[in-house]
Amino acid sequence: MSQFSQVVLSGLATGSIYALVAIGFTLVWQAAQTVNFAQGEFVMLPAFFVLAGMSLFGLSFGTALLFGLAVSVVVLGLLFKKLVAEPILPHGGITLIIATMALGILLKESVKEFYSAEAQPFPSIFPNDPIDVFGAVLSMQDILNLAFSLAVVVALTLFLNRTRTGRCMQATAQNPAVAEILGVNVKRMILYTFLINAALAALASFLITPVYLAKFSNGETLGLIAFIAAIVGGFNQIRGALAGGLLIGVLDNLTAAYVTAEYRAALPLVLLIVIILVRPQGLLGTKEGRAV
Amino acid sequence: MNVRMRTLSILGLVALAIAAPIGQGNYIIYVLTSWLVFAIAAMGLNLTLGYAGQISLAQAAFMAIGAYVTSLLTLAGWHWILAMPLALLACFVVGLLLGYPALRVKGHFLAFVTLAFNTLVFLVLRNEDWLTGGSYGLVGMPRPDFGLFSTMKQLHFYYFTLGVTVLAALAMWGIVRSPWGRAFKALRENPIRAESLGVDTRRITLLAFAIGSAYGGLAGALVAPLVQFIEPGSFGVAHSLRILLMVVVGGSGYFFGPFLGAAVVILLPEVLRFAEGYYLIIYSALVIVMLVFVPSGLIGVWGRLHEKFWPRHEIRADLKEGAGLK
Amino acid sequence: MYRKHMLAISMAMLAAVGVAQAEETVKLGMVAELSGPGAPAGINWRDGIKIAAEEINAEGGILGKKVEVGEYDTQTDPQVSRAMVQKAIDDGAFAILGTIYSGSTMVNMLVAQQNSIPQFVGSEAPSIVEKGNPFVYRTSSGAQKGVPALTKYFTDTLKAKKVGVAWLNNEFGKGGHDVFVEEMKKAGIEVIVDVASEQAQTDYASDVAKLKDANPEAVFVYMNQEESARFLIEAKKQGLAMPLVGEVTLTEAKVIELAGAAAEGAIAHVGVTATATEVPGIAAFSTKFEETFKRKPTHDAIKGYVGAWTTKYVTEMVGEFDGEAFSAKMQGLCLKAADYPKILLDTCWDDRGEMSRPSFMVQVKDGAPTVIGTIAAD
Repeated sequence: MSQFSQVVLSGLATGSIYALVAIGFTLVWQAAQTVNFAQGEFVMLPAFFVLAGMSLFGLSFGTALLFGLAVSVVVLGLLFKKLVAEPILPHGGITLIIATMALGILLKESVKEFYSAEAQPFPSIFPNDPIDVFGAVLSMQDILNLAFSLAVVVALTLFLNRTRTGRCMQATAQNPAVAEILGVNVKRMILYTFLINAALAALASFLITPVYLAKFSNGETLGLIAFIAAIVGGFNQIRGALAGGLLIGVLDNLTAAYVTAEYRAALPLVLLIVIILVRPQGLLGTKEGRAV
Repeated sequence: MNVRMRTLSILGLVALAIAAPIGQGNYIIYVLTSWLVFAIAAMGLNLTLGYAGQISLAQAAFMAIGAYVTSLLTLAGWHWILAMPLALLACFVVGLLLGYPALRVKGHFLAFVTLAFNTLVFLVLRNEDWLTGGSYGLVGMPRPDFGLFSTMKQLHFYYFTLGVTVLAALAMWGIVRSPWGRAFKALRENPIRAESLGVDTRRITLLAFAIGSAYGGLAGALVAPLVQFIEPGSFGVAHSLRILLMVVVGGSGYFFGPFLGAAVVILLPEVLRFAEGYYLIIYSALVIVMLVFVPSGLIGVWGRLHEKFWPRHEIRADLKEGAGLK
Repeated sequence: MYRKHMLAISMAMLAAVGVAQAEETVKLGMVAELSGPGAPAGINWRDGIKIAAEEINAEGGILGKKVEVGEYDTQTDPQVSRAMVQKAIDDGAFAILGTIYSGSTMVNMLVAQQNSIPQFVGSEAPSIVEKGNPFVYRTSSGAQKGVPALTKYFTDTLKAKKVGVAWLNNEFGKGGHDVFVEEMKKAGIEVIVDVASEQAQTDYASDVAKLKDANPEAVFVYMNQEESARFLIEAKKQGLAMPLVGEVTLTEAKVIELAGAAAEGAIAHVGVTATATEVPGIAAFSTKFEETFKRKPTHDAIKGYVGAWTTKYVTEMVGEFDGEAFSAKMQGLCLKAADYPKILLDTCWDDRGEMSRPSFMVQVKDGAPTVIGTIAAD
């Protein structure tokens, strides 16, 4: 029993991070009709901005986090949109997807060459004391990661549904042409989406790196799992991405503990193929709201 | 005139490919051989991406299937010439089975399904070690022997690969020039119109994907005797991505794009040697820049330059015809 | 003015070229995983060799010829590694140093063998020396030697009857896992829990939960550096109480840096370790490495260093640059650290290229690996 609750609770903690990454990915998908294949690298990179801030400019950890967040929003939000997404999008979605794949390689290799090929330790934002929950041992960090991710999802949902800007963003995602006619500044709304995505990626990065350690190749698996979480959950819904992330986190751990460790990595993939076969709009997705 | 020019230039290229390895060291010959192998894989992916407009990230997985089928059969004493068609068939069938569900849904689902599939293939190859040798891989595949012509030597193997490549290119030429292949052109340029004219877009796309996968299998069937060692790690997602970028860099949808793209990717580490570890950074940055300015790839760059400096030049018209599909 | 400068620079360059030509060199082909997943290992291997080459050249090179190290990146791809070994040989390399990943070595050692080129490898998979290739030599003991050295620790020191094994499911981890399971069977110890994990796996919760549930008397941990660190962090969190025993990586400086307090108490059997500072050669190397590269040398750095120096020692024993003679000399060769200080420890190679030398049991105490015992060479 304690093993079971351990596995499930740890899976939820990990899954909440997948959810954060998946949400950003979903937003960009909706706004720019594109799949960001560099999403995993977007989560890998902010931790290195923080480390660079601490080692190059001698910032304290707290200041470095803010610095990392700011640099991430500028580089992964603004510059990504202005230098990559905007000029390439007119050439077609496929071209942009391929460009993001190249971007992923670029970010990964740059970190490796200019920072380090080896993993780096990363300080934890939350205390790491173990806590006993239903016979399972969780760290304070796990619980706060989960709580924090949930809070972000709630805040983001409120923002999108209750504020004028949020509704304009939704309108843009659903039908840019109509939104424009209705007086929505479509370009600006798309920019907001990119900035929010970058901020979410940075937050995920800060939460996850103390456990994952900072390494250039961290994005490889994370990116793929986030896509799968988004598709499985239903990617026209923020709560879909959340559900998908948590589900995969838990299922992955359950498979490894009770079914097969050799094929644990196969589970999300099989789940993806099954979902696409039987419920392509995702578990929580609705057909008509689909943006592609 | 046009046709003759085209024939002459293609013959010229083949002659160049025949002459290239003469007097070169083993390393250069080896690099040239891998170039041909990857060009075949990229040619197949070009059909999927360039002609049918679908991203596949599983070309390395199809190479793996081709390579493992060929290796297991040749290690069991089969001749390569018998093992290879089975490898191709296996890839074709798997391509159909995989493409069917993915292409039912619009959007870029094939990209995800193939990405997942590539990882699944890796896991199966690694875990089922009773069959595949697991993470230790398979060693010592014989190179084919055709009685008078044995391919054990590096140079002989190169010519063997070149022969296979030329045949594969001719087959591809036939495919894209056939009425069926022309349907792609219609499909890519205006899917709605194509559909209204009675083109079954899904079936055509599915077939394109399956044939493209079989080309991946052919490349795999050649990799096995070339390297004489295969292991699951050589067919990961990163390799699929590498082949995809070959197609894009060369010029997707152009017949000769894959050859050019494969040459760039295989030879680039050589050209950028001064850059040491930085060459991948430079390469990926160049790819992004290229996609911003000339999304049609290097062949597109060539076309643009020609248009600019030699408008209405004979070769330009020729190339357009040669590409025939853009 | 400008012309004058240009002239001066050209003259200087010509002079430099002239000097380089006058001074004969010998080429070593450093073929390693400089990019791709193997990069951390490959880069350390390369840097260890860099230090060795500098030292060798300061001492007059090999047989009076300056050493020139050509760098060849395999991109952690066996197919590329084969091409790179071929290229190094085409470029005139006298010996090959590399590769580290066993999958790569398995392929490229055939090329070196065909050309009678000696090759020092960093791979530890048992199969490397089972192919009857007289030109391949290890720079550390293979898993089939290293892991059995641990058996005694399990039987005599821990007196364990039931153990667990947590391992990384790639070609490196599987090699160690298979030998360990075999060894335990021979020693009459039962392996009651066997947990495989993925390369680059980040979440070790279920792995550790499984071990905790089975509750063996000790766990053998065989993973790469970051995976080891992540495993230790999770083990600490869930309070895994039994001794965690590894081979080579578990107590490396990098793992301790990453895992922090969670590494405390971890035990490992190590071939050569930068922490064995009571060995003078190792202490000197370690200091020099840290000064040059601002980081601690790993196991791979020491392996590369030893490989390069062995090339010098053996070539000079042979007296000429001859691959065949080199190979003949290597069979059953033993070098004493007293006579050949840069070999660091007394080392022997058998007729298959397997190496043996004394090794250490190390435990992490107060954040630093400490030698708790020495195991004699077999």
